[in-house]
Amino acid sequence: MLPRFEWVGFEQYEKLFASSRWQVSVENLFLFGTVYIVACLLLGYVLAVLIDQKVRGETLLRTIYLSPHALSLVVTGLVWSWFLNPQFGLQAFVQELGFENFRFAWLSDPKMAIHAVTLTAVWRGTGIVMILMLAGLRGVDAEMIKSLRVDGVPKWRIYTQVIPPILTPMILTSLVLLAAGVINSYDLVVALTRGGPGISTQVPALFVMEHFFARGDVGVATAGAAIMLLSLIVVAGPLILWRRIASRRQEAAQ
Amino acid sequence: MTTQSRPQQFEGPHGPRPRRVSPMRVVTYAILIAAALFFLLPVYVMIITSLKPMEEIRTGAMLALPQNPSFEAWSIAWSQACSGVRCEGVAPGFWNSVQITIPSVIVSVLAGALTGYTMSFWKFRGSNLVFAILIFGAFVPYQILLYPLVRVYASLGIFGTVGGLVIVHSIFGLPLTTLMFRNFFVSIPTELFKAARVDGAGFLRIFWQIVLPMSAPIIVVTVIWQATGIWNDFLMGLVFGGREAKPMTALLNNIILSEFGERRYNVEMAATFLTALVPLAIYLLSGRWFVRGITAGSVKG
Repeated sequence: MLPRFEWVGFEQYEKLFASSRWQVSVENLFLFGTVYIVACLLLGYVLAVLIDQKVRGETLLRTIYLSPHALSLVVTGLVWSWFLNPQFGLQAFVQELGFENFRFAWLSDPKMAIHAVTLTAVWRGTGIVMILMLAGLRGVDAEMIKSLRVDGVPKWRIYTQVIPPILTPMILTSLVLLAAGVINSYDLVVALTRGGPGISTQVPALFVMEHFFARGDVGVATAGAAIMLLSLIVVAGPLILWRRIASRRQEAAQ
Repeated sequence: MTTQSRPQQFEGPHGPRPRRVSPMRVVTYAILIAAALFFLLPVYVMIITSLKPMEEIRTGAMLALPQNPSFEAWSIAWSQACSGVRCEGVAPGFWNSVQITIPSVIVSVLAGALTGYTMSFWKFRGSNLVFAILIFGAFVPYQILLYPLVRVYASLGIFGTVGGLVIVHSIFGLPLTTLMFRNFFVSIPTELFKAARVDGAGFLRIFWQIVLPMSAPIIVVTVIWQATGIWNDFLMGLVFGGREAKPMTALLNNIILSEFGERRYNVEMAATFLTALVPLAIYLLSGRWFVRGITAGSVKG
């Protein structure tokens, strides 16, 4: 049990990168991370914009949209693994409705399983983005929007071209939050797919945990963890810097 | 932010200013309602599944309400479901989670308040650097810290104890609570602080008697945030909980893993729902503070 300390240079990293399990993990992380972040941002923004149209029941809708975020990732994963259960879940339900050829068995399909992880994560993550965007929208100068409308700028152009740049700080905050969630995707994957079918939904966080504890390969696990940290710095570092600069500029402008 | 007040009388037009129902309006509501269904449906299915007997679940009709709602699965999930060879349900995990969450929240919030206070009012040489390092700590993947921590814990003999988990959560909660308090303190006028110093109040006295009483709003927010976060933690509980101190989430996962042969989905969903109950209740009872926590902790900074 005592650790052997022996300088091996980059040997553990070579082992790590040679492992197909790790390669799948990294690919999944990129695939999952990109789709998840883009989907959360788009969906969150659209919902915030729609909610901001002076709709009735705003409080209720906001509560509903954010409620998945109160659930732990383990609970989220288990709920969705039941919801997507091919035998009793959504697929069976739609088939009962008469669409007998309906197929929605992502969890048992190695090609689609990672998208089930994404779907579940989007379900949980959209609410926060929506709340952040809504807070941003409420801070937008209403007079400016009004005068743009008077000048004949159509609403959709305001929401696609004028507002997003104003919301940059919220978008960056969301990005940082979502990115941190992506890298720590362990809980969700464990509860939803346990990395399977096969190794099709492996992610680095799961890879590292398995090598630490189940396989006792601390060297490779630590190498993986170091790469996780490095990639987080590469992703989040510039974002945080950019945000600081943006908020400085804002302060200077005020 | 609370629910809009309803008009007392229902004669004539009421509500916000009347407007034509345009097609855009219909589409807006259609999308909003569809989204609401998307977010609600899995939770709804979880709850009704937990109230059905297995025979009914096997017949399909996932969305149908239970014919004879029964809490039998709940009681099995609470006190009888097996995790490995131990068949005590999620209850031991519940009590562990309570014992872990309460002290961790108190310590991490108090410590965060104190650090945030120091960083805002008692700036020292390099305090910005310390702050930056602390914030960085909020984003470090836990995996990188686990192994060294496990070894330290094992040698200290606190591995697998509730106390050990309290320490972990208190430390790992610190970056976020500090950030939230610091962002809040930015809005407190420094004159107040300076006046107190002129009157001869020291570091701790200013903190206890002036700063802390003013911080009620942010204390509420951080407490909610930490309480749900720590209750929902899985990774730390799994790694440091050992056999005796597993929090509810880790125990839940074990119980589901231990189901073999004929899986009792109603018991699984009941156990899952029981685990979700505390944070859901906190969230529903304090929705607007919860929201404020998200925006306060992250919009500024």
